[in-house]
Amino acid sequence: MTDVLLKVDDVRKEFPTHSKEVVQAVAGVSLEVHKGETLGLVGETGCGKSTLARCMAHLYDVTSGSVWFEGQEISKLSRKAMRPLRRDVQVIFQDPYGSLNPRRRVGSIIGDPFAIHNIASGNDRKKKVQELMELVGLNPEHYNRFPAEFSGGQRQRIGVARALALRPKLVICDEPVSALDVSIQAQIINLLSDLQREFDLTYVFISHDLSVVRHVSDRIAVMYLGKIVELAPTSELFGQTRHPYTRALLSALPVADPDTADSREQIILGGDIPAATNPPTGCRFHTRCPKARLDCTAEEPPLEPVLNDQPQHRTACLYPLTVGEDLSTAVPDLKAS
Amino acid sequence: MALLQVRDLKVSFDTPDGTVRAVRGLSFDVEAGQTLAVVGESGSGKSVATQTITGLTRGAKVSGTAYFDGTDLITADQATLRRLRGAQIGMIFQDPLSSLHPQYRIGWQIVEMIRAHDLTISKQAARKRAAELLTLVGIPRAAERIDDYPHQFSGGMRQRVMIAMAMALDPALLIADEPTTALDVTVQAQVLNVMRRLQEQFGTAIILITHDLGVVAEMADEVVVMYAGAVMERAPRRDIFYRNHHPYTQGLLASLPARSEDRLTPIPGTPPSLISLPKGCPFAARCSHVFDKCSEPPPLTDVGGDPRHQSACWLPHDVNEAVAS
Repeated sequence: MTDVLLKVDDVRKEFPTHSKEVVQAVAGVSLEVHKGETLGLVGETGCGKSTLARCMAHLYDVTSGSVWFEGQEISKLSRKAMRPLRRDVQVIFQDPYGSLNPRRRVGSIIGDPFAIHNIASGNDRKKKVQELMELVGLNPEHYNRFPAEFSGGQRQRIGVARALALRPKLVICDEPVSALDVSIQAQIINLLSDLQREFDLTYVFISHDLSVVRHVSDRIAVMYLGKIVELAPTSELFGQTRHPYTRALLSALPVADPDTADSREQIILGGDIPAATNPPTGCRFHTRCPKARLDCTAEEPPLEPVLNDQPQHRTACLYPLTVGEDLSTAVPDLKAS
Repeated sequence: MALLQVRDLKVSFDTPDGTVRAVRGLSFDVEAGQTLAVVGESGSGKSVATQTITGLTRGAKVSGTAYFDGTDLITADQATLRRLRGAQIGMIFQDPLSSLHPQYRIGWQIVEMIRAHDLTISKQAARKRAAELLTLVGIPRAAERIDDYPHQFSGGMRQRVMIAMAMALDPALLIADEPTTALDVTVQAQVLNVMRRLQEQFGTAIILITHDLGVVAEMADEVVVMYAGAVMERAPRRDIFYRNHHPYTQGLLASLPARSEDRLTPIPGTPPSLISLPKGCPFAARCSHVFDKCSEPPPLTDVGGDPRHQSACWLPHDVNEAVAS
């Protein structure tokens, strides 16, 4: 059994709105993050992936449920009690422009963690910061520059350096390459995997881009409207897709290969993602699912293994796909029989 | 003759830091009913080029020609451009929310657009046409939703409204600047599908500006690859993916996560500043094939004797497989 580094147990996170409704951003999610792995979290806008990540890092208080890090419940800790644990859990954000203070020099931004945790000061801190800059591929001589003097890719390297300063155990990467051009994106992905190997890091990697998530992840959780619909080792998720939403997501992804693009059957989902203030009853995907049946509207499917010999591959669907099942010709049937 | 013929287009902007040479000698043709994809990364000049063609770059220094149906768009006066834009050349942009007026109903905005170009049509007829257009782009219950405001539509639905507007007067050319970049993949698939269907139905030519090579593979007939304001390679779609010549095209494709099992092969370094460009090939500093000749600017010349496939690179052009491996 692999070591569990972080455990999320039936976490819910709700936000009030002005109209007194409640947005259920995360609606009961349980999962485990194993030591040394990369767990991918993928889903479309508003599926709750970033909210879940922020709950994992205890940047948000959960509405109910709990988050455990190395066997200790962290979701109810006060800010002060959480502080020592912040060394172990770090976050890299999407926007390399918005997450760096434009008026501060890069050296002092990267040096912040050392200052906050009273680890190093003066020349010692400068030396540590320059080592970090070197590590992430920045020129240590640019210590006194401002964020504006760096390109997008370099700024993301600054974010990576800051997150790694205290040698964390878990790094939550929230869309770390989404704002970057592809040629630069590949540089950052390689950097993250090098660092993972060197420092034995565990990643939770959030992205809306399935091809990126596929490349970096050992296991992938697919989210839809605040819930995990499928969770599986990467090769199984792509090779033996069980949930219709996962299949639709995979088929919608444009592939940079004309032959494949011309020959495949695309599943074009109807409609839009429903509002998280008023999610559909039963299976939340039933309003758009090509193979929805009447009981899908009433019964909420649990996330569980489809086959006994694949306990790692769990899906939340009453009618999971079989391997090779053609979804492009399926039609929903919501009439009572 | 091609529907749109752009020749040696140059666009530059004077800034306090110096002159930004955003587009440096761009030529391309768009044939009727075809999709031309212009692909490139941030700052490659792909958006500036099409904005200039439609007269939307203010304060820029522009030279070159862009003949659309016999009219040079670069020298045309504002009145001519205003007549062409919307009626003959439809446009959609990345962010549909900022392209729609938040305080006017969707239907009103489409009707206004139709009546601005067609002075004879009655209000009722224009409104009927607006509802037809919304149905055409796949908006359910169009007759009811025509009186909704933009904020009542989702991102994908707003982009459909933009397409409906752009297609309202049956333009010969549709310029789509990153039309699906702000959308989720499942919604992107819907919107691309609508664009494809309309093109089949009405024979509209499309210029599709994108950074996404996946979208290029799905949509394009011809592809222009831009870097630092210039064309690096131009070819029919399959040649760009399977018989490409330029090291930049190859680098872009190799950077894609879907293309490699293990370690990615990024392009090292960053694009040059458009204020102080190198004398020779703009890609030389990041290119693994660089040699002496690259200090001179490479002309765009035919690859393998095929005039439809051109590359701006000093590497030999006769056998392209030599570099592609």
